[in-house]
Amino acid sequence: MLRVTLFVTCIVDQLFPKVGLAMADVLERLGYQIDFPEAQTCCGQPAFNSGFRDEARGVARHFLDTFEGDAPIVVPSGSCSAMCGHHYAELFQDDPAQMARVKAVSSRVYEFSRFLTDVARVDDLGASFPHTVTYHDSCHALRELKIKAGPRQLLSKVRGLTLKEMDAAEECCGFGGTFSVKFPGVSGGMAQTKLDSILRTGASHIVSIDSSCLMQLQGVISRQGLPLQTVHLAEVLASR
Amino acid sequence: MNPIPVDAIKNTLADARLQNAIYSSTARLMDKRAHAIEPGAIDDFQGLRTQANAIKRHAIDNLDYYLEELERNVMARGGKVVWCRDAGEAVQFVLQLSREKGVKRIVKSKSMTTEEIDLNEHLEHAQIEVVETDLGEYILQLAHEKPYHIVAPALHKTRYDVADLFTETLKVERVEEPEQQTQVARRVLREKFITADLGITGANFLVADSGAIVLVENEGNARLSSSAPRIQIAIAGLEKIIPRAQDLATFLKVLGRSATGQPLTVYTSFLSGPRRGGEIDGPEEFYLVLMDNGRTRLLADEGKRQSLYCIRCGACLNHCPVYRKIGGHNYPWVYSGPIGAIISPQFHGVTQDPWLPFASSLCGACAEVCPVKIDIPQVLLDLRSDITQAKRKEGAGKWEHRGFRLFSYVMRRPKLYEMASAMAASVFPGSRDKWLRTLPRLLRLPPIAGWLSQRDLPPPPERSFRSLWRERQRAKGGN
Repeated sequence: MLRVTLFVTCIVDQLFPKVGLAMADVLERLGYQIDFPEAQTCCGQPAFNSGFRDEARGVARHFLDTFEGDAPIVVPSGSCSAMCGHHYAELFQDDPAQMARVKAVSSRVYEFSRFLTDVARVDDLGASFPHTVTYHDSCHALRELKIKAGPRQLLSKVRGLTLKEMDAAEECCGFGGTFSVKFPGVSGGMAQTKLDSILRTGASHIVSIDSSCLMQLQGVISRQGLPLQTVHLAEVLASR
Repeated sequence: MNPIPVDAIKNTLADARLQNAIYSSTARLMDKRAHAIEPGAIDDFQGLRTQANAIKRHAIDNLDYYLEELERNVMARGGKVVWCRDAGEAVQFVLQLSREKGVKRIVKSKSMTTEEIDLNEHLEHAQIEVVETDLGEYILQLAHEKPYHIVAPALHKTRYDVADLFTETLKVERVEEPEQQTQVARRVLREKFITADLGITGANFLVADSGAIVLVENEGNARLSSSAPRIQIAIAGLEKIIPRAQDLATFLKVLGRSATGQPLTVYTSFLSGPRRGGEIDGPEEFYLVLMDNGRTRLLADEGKRQSLYCIRCGACLNHCPVYRKIGGHNYPWVYSGPIGAIISPQFHGVTQDPWLPFASSLCGACAEVCPVKIDIPQVLLDLRSDITQAKRKEGAGKWEHRGFRLFSYVMRRPKLYEMASAMAASVFPGSRDKWLRTLPRLLRLPPIAGWLSQRDLPPPPERSFRSLWRERQRAKGGN
């Protein structure tokens, strides 16, 4: 039996556990045996993006310890995938011993939709989601991982789902980690621009592969009572 | 250490007219660029970016060699080269030459480098008349403002603003059509061109192998500024160097397209020294000011050195969601947007405006459009690290540092992480299905208050993923 290792990310673990369960459902249906290393916590991105590299390095080292092995590591986030798949190398560039481990682990990291399209090589998961949705390209998935067509391909096979593209699909939602709390007005303004574009599509749901973007958008939706609902791609693909 | 200009940013965000002006102008520029780089419009634009990056990398890595080659070639054509260590020396040179040559009136074409050194303010202080001849810059000179954007300096001014300004300052009849406003400026400026003693331009490219200064523009005012007056000075940052004239085949293709979506700007001028025997126009004297003003300091860091590749196209500003919200004047220096956020700290020292590299969601839109492929988000990340280290040395930012130390401590200890999260969930008040509009005062730490100022907060679920997962595995084992 093929095995995969889940890194559910701290935000899914702590705030959106349903996303992790949905991802596990999809992978199990495809016949994968799932391993969830319980020592996992966070990838360290908050510290890294805030300029605290020593602190990030400590967390990264813990990640490397936790995820030793050879099964693919599947992650329901483009942003966290980019951190452990790309940026770990910067943290350990002066440490050849760790670099070998970084290379071994980083090359096994797959964002969830990419795992489905490029490793499992599936696009129809038998899902049904009878709603009009729009897809939000999260920045790190789009620009660091070059993920654009994959999630749309997966959505196109979902029964009853209509995908409507927004004009500002590639614009940032304004989350940006600590940016969202250090510059709340700017961050909120960016979310507003994004949501205005989404509302113009007439979609009822916003789909993304990053729970952090969705938390930002849902936070404004909830505050303003907008007729929209955010949903992670894994939840769409798991729904029957 | 200057704090975040919170109130100024708030005012910009609250000004609907200004927001609309910024958003629509940048959207227009984005749109034009997108069309200009389509495969049908140009072959292999991405390949040109790679090429432009490679040429700039080579030029900056060999700056000493190419600058000396440039100097030799400018001198061979009868021009003079003036090396200036900083803004003070550059300003002093212009003032002194103006005095020596009896200069009463100066015409200037658009130049960010002269904005960088506050040249106009210094000249006016010395009672020398200086006139900006680029329409956008002329508008700003009348309004006593700094450029709002690297390429479109008056991007924030609507035609109605310009109508008000012209009526008030030039005492002319109010006209609201941009064409008519251009005519008004043209009438004033023609007179200045004819009577000016000195013309000052910037430089888009300095070509080492031919000693040429290349200027790109759309209004013809740079060409007039550099040919009508009897003396000309070109003021350039020394990173404007490119090795060979043939490199322009790459740069001219990417610059216009990235800046304004034009395949080529209306005018491309090659200046090479003063008028020679038999020529009917051009200045009698030609000076090239090569200014450092902090640039060579950037050479020291191999990673951040790429900041010097910038050709000032402004594409990163147009595509930046932060610039599009806060506009140009909330940045601490004349260079705004993403490029300003990476060069200002490197020129001025990272602790002067320590908030600036943090004013980014790291979305990466800037790097995606940069014609010379500067990895701006990467430089921002490097600067953030430099800033936290510098702050630590000065004993600042203690609480944030403590916070991240705690974060790191907890994230390396799964048991503690789980306990901490269970505790956090247990003190959370209220329903688990509704997002929270506010929290009790005790829980409203600054980051949470920042979040709540704009959006609702998701309540922590009763059980974390790991707890649900354990149950699921147990249930499976039981089956």
